[in-house]
Amino acid sequence: MKPAAFDYFTPATVPEALALLAEHGGDAKPLAGGQSLIPAMNFRLARPAVLVDLNRIAELAYVRAGGKDAGLVIGAMARQRAVERSDVVARAAPLVAEAMPSIAHPQIRNRGTMGGSVAHADPAAELPAVMLALEARFRAQSSTGERSIPVAEFFKGMLETALAPGELLVEIAVPALPARTGTAFLEMARRHGDYALVGVAAVVTLDTKGRCHTARIAGFSVGDGPVLLAEAASVLAGQPPSEELLRAAGDAAATRDVDPPSDIHASAAYRRQLVAVLTRRALARAFERAKSAA
Amino acid sequence: MRRNEDARLLTGRALFVDDVPLDGLLHVAFLRSQHAHARLASVDASAARARPGVAAVYTAADLGAYWRPGPLLVPPPPIPGLVFNACTQVPLARDKLRHVGEPIAMVVAESRYLAEDALDDIVVEADPLPAVVDLEAALAPAAPRVHEHLPSNLAAHAVQRKGDYPRAKGRAHAVIRRRFRYDRGAAAAIENRAVAVQWDPRAEELTVWDTTQAPIPIRNGLAQLLGLLESQVRVVAPFVGGGFGPKIMMFYPEEVLVPWAAMRLGRPVKWTEDRQENFFATTQERGQIHDAELAVAKDGKILGVRDVFLHDTGAYDPYGLTVPINSQCTLLGPYDVPSYESEFTAVFTNKTIVTPVRGAGRQHGVFVIERLLDFAAKELGIDRAEIRRKNLLRPDQFPFNNEILFQDSAPLTYDSGDYEPALDEALRVIDYQRFVREEQPGLRAAGRHVGIGVVCYVEGTGIGPYEGARVTVEPSGRVRLATGVGTQGQGHFTVFAQIVAEVLGVDVADVHVITGDTREFHWGTGTFASRGAVVAGIACHAAAVRVREKILELAARELEAAPADLVLDGGRVHVRGDPGGGIALGALALKANPLRGAVRPGTEPGLEATAYFGPDSGSTASGVHAMLVEVDPETAQVEIKRYVVVHDCGRVINPMIVEGQIHGGVAHGIGNSFYEQLVYDDEGQLLNASFMDYLLPTATDVPNVETTHRETPSPLNPMGVKGVGEAGAIPTGALFAQAVEDALADAGLEICEIPLSPNRLFELISASRVRSR
Repeated sequence: MKPAAFDYFTPATVPEALALLAEHGGDAKPLAGGQSLIPAMNFRLARPAVLVDLNRIAELAYVRAGGKDAGLVIGAMARQRAVERSDVVARAAPLVAEAMPSIAHPQIRNRGTMGGSVAHADPAAELPAVMLALEARFRAQSSTGERSIPVAEFFKGMLETALAPGELLVEIAVPALPARTGTAFLEMARRHGDYALVGVAAVVTLDTKGRCHTARIAGFSVGDGPVLLAEAASVLAGQPPSEELLRAAGDAAATRDVDPPSDIHASAAYRRQLVAVLTRRALARAFERAKSAA
Repeated sequence: MRRNEDARLLTGRALFVDDVPLDGLLHVAFLRSQHAHARLASVDASAARARPGVAAVYTAADLGAYWRPGPLLVPPPPIPGLVFNACTQVPLARDKLRHVGEPIAMVVAESRYLAEDALDDIVVEADPLPAVVDLEAALAPAAPRVHEHLPSNLAAHAVQRKGDYPRAKGRAHAVIRRRFRYDRGAAAAIENRAVAVQWDPRAEELTVWDTTQAPIPIRNGLAQLLGLLESQVRVVAPFVGGGFGPKIMMFYPEEVLVPWAAMRLGRPVKWTEDRQENFFATTQERGQIHDAELAVAKDGKILGVRDVFLHDTGAYDPYGLTVPINSQCTLLGPYDVPSYESEFTAVFTNKTIVTPVRGAGRQHGVFVIERLLDFAAKELGIDRAEIRRKNLLRPDQFPFNNEILFQDSAPLTYDSGDYEPALDEALRVIDYQRFVREEQPGLRAAGRHVGIGVVCYVEGTGIGPYEGARVTVEPSGRVRLATGVGTQGQGHFTVFAQIVAEVLGVDVADVHVITGDTREFHWGTGTFASRGAVVAGIACHAAAVRVREKILELAARELEAAPADLVLDGGRVHVRGDPGGGIALGALALKANPLRGAVRPGTEPGLEATAYFGPDSGSTASGVHAMLVEVDPETAQVEIKRYVVVHDCGRVINPMIVEGQIHGGVAHGIGNSFYEQLVYDDEGQLLNASFMDYLLPTATDVPNVETTHRETPSPLNPMGVKGVGEAGAIPTGALFAQAVEDALADAGLEICEIPLSPNRLFELISASRVRSR
């Protein structure tokens, strides 16, 4: 379990990194926290000829409030552990804060980065689904320019994103939550810290009469990327939350929103069951929180 | 008490094989079979040999006469009518590949990185064959054969009997019949295997650092293989990060090849197994399928048991029948079973070799009898604890010969035991009656699914043949203790020191223990079968007693007192009532080794003695485990709320170490019950060969284990001790199944298999819902 030989660069700034990525094209892989890439290289499942190590780019490691109504901005190289412990995150994006402890273990979160997890786009990972539920935007730069990618266009499938070769994810922007909004995150894993069997992130907003105004629910480990549970949300629209309603939403998510895979840890049928139960439970929690936020 | 070894372990000063510093070291990587079953047409290593940094590449053809199948480590027991087909592993595959991970070629290079690079250069032509994976399909007449010189995949067939089962069945009020599947996994020691070897051509001496549990047999075997005197080979098993059974296997191909390569190349050579290799190349335990029935009287008394089972032995069977024999023998448990008929068929499959892993097949047998008792209790309307109580052996029945041959080829005879008080204690600690009568109905009414379980087991421990020890008092007053067994974290440096310290009246910290170095001690077999304390420990005791006699004899002369009036205490020997007087042991040691003058005829120098202990048969430990679990039937998640152990391993030498063994065993058992499973597909590919997908329970998955010791001394050794190394892991599967089934009583499902998982529990729950519709 030793990696194949590779060239290694340690740029200190984003432009330097972008220049290296442009120079080496498809041979180069950016290295963020290395919690997925390095094991893949040790198994020789990944054999990049060039590694562009982003760990010395201090300018990408930040977490801050995004200004008026703008929520939160997170630099791509912010460590997951820093986000987990951030008061700013806890206030502006409690869903992110609630999800963080489910990402592997503290040792891994000490190294793992926000941008790395999002750009890796593992369908069983927490952050892509959380970002989908929160309607985050992703700022990407390349040697030729910069663009902002909405989450709906960012995740393209199994370990695939809209990032082009030579393009680097530099920032995640999470919009502020509207009033009367509650969020909740639930995950079922074989052991704490494992990739999810199924996970659900929910964001619900009540109208002034206590009915569901909007709901955005995302599931993970149920497809080839984070999955928006739109049918479940449509069941809720305009309705006062009740046990029966949430059960119906969970069932809609399980039967109409997802087509989950089977693997050695969970059959598709078991995943559907977990989608139904976790969606129901996450919504119950999110509505409770929305009520207390009202 | 602090453990003597902990300072070294905790500060990183303990030597492990991978740490051995050797100048000019070469590194090894193995090319391993990607196929479970294939004909090997050709291996072309020429490109690999030409790669810069590669010192050598060896294939089977390069080994010449050195290529030979490994020894049959454990010959089968003398069971009448036994069939046993010995097929032992080979160092490098020659004509056929029989399991994924079987080594094909060995690359020796300047670094492990370069060695792994060179693996890509080797061209293997192999024609895949259909793989033998499923145990029942393996015995079908048209099944492909793992070993083509045999008529089928049958590795062994054995029947053992006691009493008259057909008659018992005829008299039975009920016959409970079920099919059980019990699967186990990898030992997953924290340290993988490693071998580092240095050949010194001037001294003509070979030093082998090896993670083995059996350094002395490895030395003797290597000497024979390499044409050296045993004294020319020194095998050192330094600190080893966990054994659990697979490291007693010998010879692994790597253990044969690395020393040979070091001698040929004239440079030190090291191979360190990586975790992925460990899943394929280190032996495992795996599955059995039992068709078992229990003939029972109306009052719950067992009349007899009949069991027919299949055992997966993997691609080769160098370890003989230890695992299925243990299953067969241990099934009878602490119960009075008047008649028993047990028949097993061991089956070759295209999977990694099966050898003992902590518990070594005992789990499978315990699962069968315990589950049968649960189903019988339900059918007869008897409480689960009561049906066990009714059948426990009584104290006046010991020693009790259960008539079934054990892994040491002798009928398992229980030396001593006191089972009912242990059951009572477990029931009391977990508050069984109150829970079942008062708490559980309330929880159920509130929609919660909380279940309780209680199971009993025995464990044959401490078998022969023998171990030895040498105790020496040094002039410093410190005591040196050398023994042959290797150590893998059991606390030998403390427990053996305690035994000697008590006899010699010295501080435990002043006894320096040396284990697993054949230069220091070269008679013995190894660490297995929960025998370290029982066999090696007693040898340490015997050697210490002899040294004590020498001390008393010499001190009596020096102090002009009768030996009976002397006391050993605080590192001194003195006349009773005169603790300030007397002589220090170190000073006495100097006197025992005079440099000039004359000694009395017949005097042996030094305060030193060597002793051996070889028990006729093993001592039988026992225990009762109980647990409370809560199941979420919607998600099929299981939470262990309490875990209670009442354990009896005879006299306890060190309660902390015994508890550690039990806790570790329970963790292993919980892994076996709910987390760990080696998942093979139909092509014989292992689908979860990493710790991402092969799930070991973590600290947060293992509950606090509430342990109570009971001490029923063994009459078979002077200290009254029994073994404890495997105990905790043995009954957990049976307990887990019973408790989860109880939690889900409203679903009406039966659990006849281990391991479970949330996914499997979901399937069982769903199936029982469909049935009840």
